[in-house]
Amino acid sequence: MAQTYNISIFTENTVGMLNRITIIFTRRHINIESITASESEIKGIHRYTIVVNIELEQVKKVVAQIEKQIEVVKAFYHPDEEVIYQELALFKLPMEIFIQEGGVERTIRAHHIRVLTMEKEFVVLEKTGRPEELNLLYNELKPYGLLEFVRSGRIAVTKPMKTLEEYLTDLRSGIVFNG
Amino acid sequence: MSENIRGAEAVMKSLVAEGVTTIFGYPGGAIMPIYDALYDFKDTVNHILVRHEQGAIHAAQGFARTSKKVGVCFATSGPGATNLITGLADAMIDSTPVVCITGQVHSHLLGTDAFQETDVIGISMPVTKWNIQVTKAEDIADAIARAFYIAKSGRPGPVLVDITKDAQFGMTDYRYEKCLGFRSYVPVPKLNYDKLNEAASLINLAQKPYLLIGQGILLSEAEQELQAFAEKAGIPVASTLLGLGAFPADHPLYVGYLGMHGNYAPNVLTNECDLLIAVGMRFDDRVTGDVSRYAKQAKVIHIDIDSSELNKIVKATVGIHADAKEALAELTKLVQTNAHSEWLDKFRTLEKKEYKEVVKNAIEPTDDHLRMAEVVRFLSDKTEGKATIVTDVGQHQMITSRYYQYNRPNGNITSGGLGTMGFALPAAIGAKLGDPSQTVVAIIGDGGFQMTIQELGTILQAKIDIKIMILNNNFLGMVRQWQQLFFDRRYSFTEIVNPEFTQIAGAYGIKALKINNRNQLRASIETMLNHPKAYLLEVVVEKEENVFPMVETGASVSEIRLK
Repeated sequence: MAQTYNISIFTENTVGMLNRITIIFTRRHINIESITASESEIKGIHRYTIVVNIELEQVKKVVAQIEKQIEVVKAFYHPDEEVIYQELALFKLPMEIFIQEGGVERTIRAHHIRVLTMEKEFVVLEKTGRPEELNLLYNELKPYGLLEFVRSGRIAVTKPMKTLEEYLTDLRSGIVFNG
Repeated sequence: MSENIRGAEAVMKSLVAEGVTTIFGYPGGAIMPIYDALYDFKDTVNHILVRHEQGAIHAAQGFARTSKKVGVCFATSGPGATNLITGLADAMIDSTPVVCITGQVHSHLLGTDAFQETDVIGISMPVTKWNIQVTKAEDIADAIARAFYIAKSGRPGPVLVDITKDAQFGMTDYRYEKCLGFRSYVPVPKLNYDKLNEAASLINLAQKPYLLIGQGILLSEAEQELQAFAEKAGIPVASTLLGLGAFPADHPLYVGYLGMHGNYAPNVLTNECDLLIAVGMRFDDRVTGDVSRYAKQAKVIHIDIDSSELNKIVKATVGIHADAKEALAELTKLVQTNAHSEWLDKFRTLEKKEYKEVVKNAIEPTDDHLRMAEVVRFLSDKTEGKATIVTDVGQHQMITSRYYQYNRPNGNITSGGLGTMGFALPAAIGAKLGDPSQTVVAIIGDGGFQMTIQELGTILQAKIDIKIMILNNNFLGMVRQWQQLFFDRRYSFTEIVNPEFTQIAGAYGIKALKINNRNQLRASIETMLNHPKAYLLEVVVEKEENVFPMVETGASVSEIRLK
């Protein structure tokens, strides 16, 4: 049965790395739901978080093939229960909404929204949360006349405690994990 | 210690430092500085000028497989580089260590649609084990060192190094250090003894163990370890297409060739064994047939150096991520001396059935038309199964795999996973240069021969002594066979009008002979083998011959058809 998997990939920071990873999904006709990349806790090693909706057997094979890439240090997959994850959304709204009657202030308070900037003509709001929380907020703000809306891909940290450093040490000592 | 030299010279010095003595290539604008540097290395490096870049990479593949070294080729940017792609894909799927050096436009022109610019890094990414673009002269030595290390270590594969023209022209303080490894890449895993012990106890308990071997045996040079293991544990051995020759065909434990057009017994008994021991093979669909009905009754031990192959197609009871040589050597110590003669007899019984119903008619036909199998079997007998046989793709390839008795490792060069028509002629050139001590016979169909026929020019110019045997049925035979069996005999564009091959050979200065009669066969093969230079023998064979046995698409291996 297909379910959401969070794939965390740790790689060397080289040109073309993203392409190397994504073609593995393309080849198997797997759609990527979300993708983010940034430097990890180890200098020079980048971390990718890729969210896909596929079957367990498929995710195992995909992760094995990602790990096979020469410059991939390690890749893991986790179902939602095993990760702490968040997304970030920015909402650009017309300034008038604060003048109009009706409950935008209430919405802001209820959702613990941060106001990032207020300009003459618009306001930018920020919300961090689970996708369903962001969807809910989106639906509430839409009637106010959203000027722009953008949300990040998912970022996630895993619950299992073994760190990448430990994996690296194991790798160096020749112990290899088959996922 | 370092010296200030041009990037192009650094390329040549790096290659020499890696022990490269043979390069297959074709010059062009963006690789001219490297060719200029090559001019000064004419005494140490044998550059073979091919007639098309596809020929260069297939030759490099053939070279790699007979020499056990890394094959090297040069090509220019744009079309030069894109012409390598088929060969890269072929080398990727067949785990062949090749390093391709391509020229690229100046770095300031990258991404501008400059003349002969193409994104070769992007294009080749899915079909290379690794690739890299070098834009500075000082990065050349390190890139080449990594390229060779990656191509040859672990599960081998093709690597492409794309070097911009300004990097070739630029000056650098050259210093070469061989690559010994880096943190993200662990090519050879540490042996897991728990898994080995588990495997050994399964082997010791098995009543009907069955050993399937692939090219991994040849790549890790584990032929002796394999033989010692099989003999001690008394296990029948069957081979994949690319594994042929890794275990001698005349060995009493050898039971044959696996897969779609393989032997009868090894396919049928896959579904009767109680333990499958797969070493250095990847359960290709041409081997397994319908996977859902493949060896379901058996426990499976799978040994492979590529961990992503474990559990990819067939679930392993014990998956051992290891180098075949090391794993087999250790496993031999752990298994008990055994013989499974009743089990082996089952193979022999089915083998007799196959002989009676298929083999006999193929090698001793009763009518006048020459059959591919009798040609191949005579060649096999004549060369004692020890020549380097290079095959193309199609019926002749399957017939050769069935009827040539490969008794020597690395004597079977073919395009397995990709099934690249046009592979054989250039690969044979490389195979000869990779191991000149062997007689090289390229067995090619009339279709595939014309896909890379221009490499006859390479044979002419470089004076390569290879024997070309064209099995001509005036059809794209394998497709025709499928049309006959599965498409209602609708022979859609498979009949082929051929030129006079002997005349073409003659134009290239290659002695040639065409035969179509059984009584000419033996003498003409002997003439071909005894000729001191390249030779082309065209054998006109039965037009509509089918390759049997056959596991049809969607069928289980045990449902293999004998006719």
